[in-house]
Amino acid sequence: MRLAFVSAGRILRQLRNDPRTIGLMLVVPLVLIGLMAWIYHGQPLIFDHVGPALLGVFPLTVMFIVTSITTLRERQSGTLERLLTTPLSKGAFMSGYALAFGVVALVQALLASAWSVWVCGMSIHGAWWQLVIVAVIDAVLGSSLGLLASGFARSEFQAVQFMPAFILPQFLLCGLFVSRDSLPTGLKQLSDVLPLSYAVDAMNTLATRIDGGSDVAKDVGILIGFSILALVGGALTLRRRTV
Amino acid sequence: MEAPPPAATETLDPAGDVAIDVSHLTVVRGHRLVLPDLSVRIPRGLVTGLLGPSGGGKSTLIRAIVGVQIVESGTISVLGEPAGSPQLRRRVGYVTQAPSVYDDLSIRENINYFARLVGASADDVDWAIDQVGLADHAGQRVANLSGGQLSRTSLACALVGRPEALVLDEPTVGLDPVLRRSLWTLFHQLADSGTTLLVSSHVMDEASRCDRLLLLREGRILADGSFDELLRRTNTHDAEDAFLALIDAEDAAQHRGVAS
Repeated sequence: MRLAFVSAGRILRQLRNDPRTIGLMLVVPLVLIGLMAWIYHGQPLIFDHVGPALLGVFPLTVMFIVTSITTLRERQSGTLERLLTTPLSKGAFMSGYALAFGVVALVQALLASAWSVWVCGMSIHGAWWQLVIVAVIDAVLGSSLGLLASGFARSEFQAVQFMPAFILPQFLLCGLFVSRDSLPTGLKQLSDVLPLSYAVDAMNTLATRIDGGSDVAKDVGILIGFSILALVGGALTLRRRTV
Repeated sequence: MEAPPPAATETLDPAGDVAIDVSHLTVVRGHRLVLPDLSVRIPRGLVTGLLGPSGGGKSTLIRAIVGVQIVESGTISVLGEPAGSPQLRRRVGYVTQAPSVYDDLSIRENINYFARLVGASADDVDWAIDQVGLADHAGQRVANLSGGQLSRTSLACALVGRPEALVLDEPTVGLDPVLRRSLWTLFHQLADSGTTLLVSSHVMDEASRCDRLLLLREGRILADGSFDELLRRTNTHDAEDAFLALIDAEDAAQHRGVAS
């Protein structure tokens, strides 16, 4: 497990050397949330519905893209092959990514939630720190899904295409446009098995209810479950021996 | 010309002198038989050159030895353990053909990461940087390096753990003659201190720099012995001619085989 931290440190150092990527990861969500707040300037009730959902969408989406591309690069540049000949285990390799991007997600979540509440005027009834926890778990899930997806991409071009393929359907069905309860039967069931739905549910609960703690905990549990599934799936796509 | 005599390593004592023992290795990639039933022994504490044309199976053999290649059949033992076993991950250093380092880290940050993975110290990091002659550039971002600096960074990442066996896939490609000479000097220093080195190259000139040579063509070992032995046997004066003579002899033998 120590080597997972060593790897996480290396990944964060890589990010630190790439300020533009950090900027994009941290600032783009703020700009988009700000844009939404502006669009619904005359209808604050709608922003109170859309804002929390976006806080659930961004960490997952951003981390998914960043992780799928960076791990694909490791596969293609030969660094992964080399790492797998060192004492670094596959689990530690994956955990390194989850840890490193979890740290970035924490910063992103703090910024985005503070921005939404204090600058954009989004109202939340639940606890602020719970919002941050959900965002971090959500981001770790995004990283795990990205690790999994990178196993199926043969090029960066394909990896980028996975964003609309993996994420957009979840985005459409997560309750942002039509609340999940009002979806047609087949789609409601489909949205029940998509991870993003639970991130958005948790955010919505936190925004609208003071006493939603146990519901949020349940959603977080489901998010963690999805994350573990994705990491296990991702580990299966990491082969020490290849053709 | 006579057909090549049997491989010279059969005189080696497997218990003491053999670092890497490849026995009846068969590797298929796609539908192509890359290594058909290859057996070879690589002696301990020497620089063994793995030479031959591109596409002849050098990288495949190297990948099999470090345990990242799916093999069809056969066994490989490295330092007494099966290739790819967890016990070997600290004892064997591997440098891939393409420099596998992180673009967005500095030279030192790269070497430091690999050092921490194998439990090497900060002194080892300085030593490795020094050995490949990059001390003046250690803080530089890898993305801004020349091809030669890149491959030396990659080499240092393997050196840093001071492994007992170093398996290097074309480490001197694209280097100028001065750097190439200094790397070969380094390889021999490491061998003198007991490290086993297996170094592949498609540049025949490098044959003279190796303690032992393996010539690999189309997945088969054409020659196994010292450079001088090879020249004597083929009655030639340089590696290129020796290699061609071996190929001609083999082709002739094959024709005879078909005719009979």
